[in-house]
Amino acid sequence: MTPTLQIFLIVSAALFSIGLLAALSRRHAIFILIGIEMMLAAANLNFIAFWRFAPKPHQPPVGVMLALFSIAISAAEAAVGLAMVIVAYRHYRTTNVDQLDQLKG
Amino acid sequence: MNSGIITNLWLIPAVPCAASLAILSLSNARRKSAAVLAVIGQVFALGMSIFAFLPTLQTNSFRAVQNFTWFTFGDQALRLGFVLDPLAAAMLVMISLVGLCIFIFSIGYMAGDKNFVRFFAYLSFFSGAMLGLVLANSLLLLFIFWELVGLASYLLIGFWIERPSAAAAAKKAFITTRIGDMGFFLGMLWLYKRSGTLLFYDGGSGCLESAGLATLRASATFIALLIFCGAMGKSGQFPLHVWLPDAMEGPTPVSALIHAATMVAAGVFLVARVYPLFSLGGINGVTSSLTVVVWIGVTTALMAALIAIAQADIKRILAYSTVSQLGLMMVSLGVGGVAAGIMHLLAHGFFKALLFLGSGSVIHGCQGEHDIRKMGGLRRLMPVTFVTYAVGMMALSGVPFFFSGAWTKEEILRATEHWPRSHAPYFLMLAGVVLTALYMTRQIIYVFFGNSRVASERAHESPRVMTMPLIALAVCAIFFSVVLTPAWPWLHAYLRGEPAQFDVARLIQPMVFVSLVLVGAGIGLGIWVYRKAGAQDRQRSAEIDPLEYAQPALFRFLANKMWIDELYGRTVITFSWAAARLSDWMDRYFWDGLVRGFGAVGRVFAMLTTSVDEHGINAGVDETTAGTRGLGRLMSKAHSGQIQTYLAALAVGMLALLLLYAWLG
Repeated sequence: MTPTLQIFLIVSAALFSIGLLAALSRRHAIFILIGIEMMLAAANLNFIAFWRFAPKPHQPPVGVMLALFSIAISAAEAAVGLAMVIVAYRHYRTTNVDQLDQLKG
Repeated sequence: MNSGIITNLWLIPAVPCAASLAILSLSNARRKSAAVLAVIGQVFALGMSIFAFLPTLQTNSFRAVQNFTWFTFGDQALRLGFVLDPLAAAMLVMISLVGLCIFIFSIGYMAGDKNFVRFFAYLSFFSGAMLGLVLANSLLLLFIFWELVGLASYLLIGFWIERPSAAAAAKKAFITTRIGDMGFFLGMLWLYKRSGTLLFYDGGSGCLESAGLATLRASATFIALLIFCGAMGKSGQFPLHVWLPDAMEGPTPVSALIHAATMVAAGVFLVARVYPLFSLGGINGVTSSLTVVVWIGVTTALMAALIAIAQADIKRILAYSTVSQLGLMMVSLGVGGVAAGIMHLLAHGFFKALLFLGSGSVIHGCQGEHDIRKMGGLRRLMPVTFVTYAVGMMALSGVPFFFSGAWTKEEILRATEHWPRSHAPYFLMLAGVVLTALYMTRQIIYVFFGNSRVASERAHESPRVMTMPLIALAVCAIFFSVVLTPAWPWLHAYLRGEPAQFDVARLIQPMVFVSLVLVGAGIGLGIWVYRKAGAQDRQRSAEIDPLEYAQPALFRFLANKMWIDELYGRTVITFSWAAARLSDWMDRYFWDGLVRGFGAVGRVFAMLTTSVDEHGINAGVDETTAGTRGLGRLMSKAHSGQIQTYLAALAVGMLALLLLYAWLG
């Protein structure tokens, strides 16, 4: 079975869905962050897949570079997210997002 | 020196006024310096008055005028001035001399008073104001001093402020004279409107000189009568005489000053000063304004003399005698005897001051008792007072030959006799002479003869500081007659501006005999009626007056001052009370009601707008806010604060967008 774009897109969509499901259903803040990272990974996979299966692949590896950037940004985002989780934990003594409802209107 | 005093006439009133201010600045304990300052001021005024008097002797009808501009408005200058003529000079000397005697007497009389210092300040002020009045050459300046005299009299009549009766008497004097002054002021305004000047003498253009008088014509009568209103108030003429007897509430030296030298003399002096206004356009010296003056004078003289017969207060008798004598002076002025009237004013100044100071001495000796029925027998206990009082009494009654009052009274009677309009004033004045002799005899019998009664048992002669002025005034009252006799009518000629001639033959005139008979009749009647009055049992404090015994109703009528005070109380005072009440009522109910009415209209309007606001506008705003709040509450439900809910919404939204895109695709 030759790799085609569809297979990559299906894998990416599944990855995104799993990530989304994790972000929506888990109660622990760290798991939500993991879910978000998974969705980002799905997006990165799409970047690279669309670059790899383009009719005339560009010599500069634009897809790869975008993925690299995105990974760097997501690393920074994960750092900020984890820091926030730690601060929230110190403040509220919990990481359960059900109890972190200060945004309630 | 002579010319110096003429150009510095203002010093004469200024010195006593300055003394008054200086005394006021002293502390209450500096009694001696207060008296010394007052007396020095008065001596200075007397000295300057005599210096001012001298040049007026040199020429007949001497007149020195010194005018100055007070202030200028637009191109009109208001000018005041001082004038020195025989009338002013004679008054100056009399006022300052009598004033000096009264000042010295006061040192003894007021010795025990706690407000001694204030008393002398007021006395000096009184004297200064009167001296200024006499010297004024402008009706306005005269009016200013006139009011200052009124103020001083108010302060002095009410000197014993802790007595309600003194405060009431002071108020009565002030308000009664103010009624007259109102007329004076209106007359002054009218005069200024017609003639354009208030200066008496101004080199031919003053309002009393021919040029000024020519502008007045027929209005002169009304102006003169209005000015006479002021004189009526000040000189206690009927119907404004009521304040004068009440003014007895002041200390006795004040009564002497008011009755002799200052206050009441001002009215007579004023009429004499503006006499050209009264006599303008007269035929035979008779004008309608002068006729009014005569009849007012006659009424006053007779009425006051009758009332005096039935009074029991030693000072009140003298007060009514002053009113009566002032009426006599007014008659004299009215019938054309200006010089005679002023002569009587001067002579009266001496002997009335003497009588008042004598009564002060009696009161002082009797520990403050005023009722003559409680005195008696003082002849032996107070010999100096008795002799001087008798001199005063005879001068007032008009005993011929030796007493000044007799000659001036005869002069007045002679002038009245020849009044062309009517002979009634003459005969009424003759009756007045009898009455005067009668009430003075009554008084002297009650006070000095008979046995001593309650108040006079422990009487004593007054100290020398009080008897010396009495002696000085008695000597004046006798020797003043030297310049009054018809044989050498020096003062008469001096005042009229004629040279005096000596003629012994004129000494004996029919009038002397008329006067002798009348005064004899009055005194004889008095002795006959009151012969037993003093001989009563010494234990009895008061007794029935012989007149009261014979005519109780008449006596009551006179003793109650003809019920004039009561009449005023029922009419004028009731009327002003009613007017005050009406104004009060108007204020309270009418004007206040008006204001409240406007307020109520405003309140009704405010209520209306309130209800529109509350039910109209507020309701709309309330609805809107309620709606907004409900919507907000609804919306806030969506904001649960659950991040995952938000995330789910985001995912759903994105999915929806994807589906939309695919469907449109």
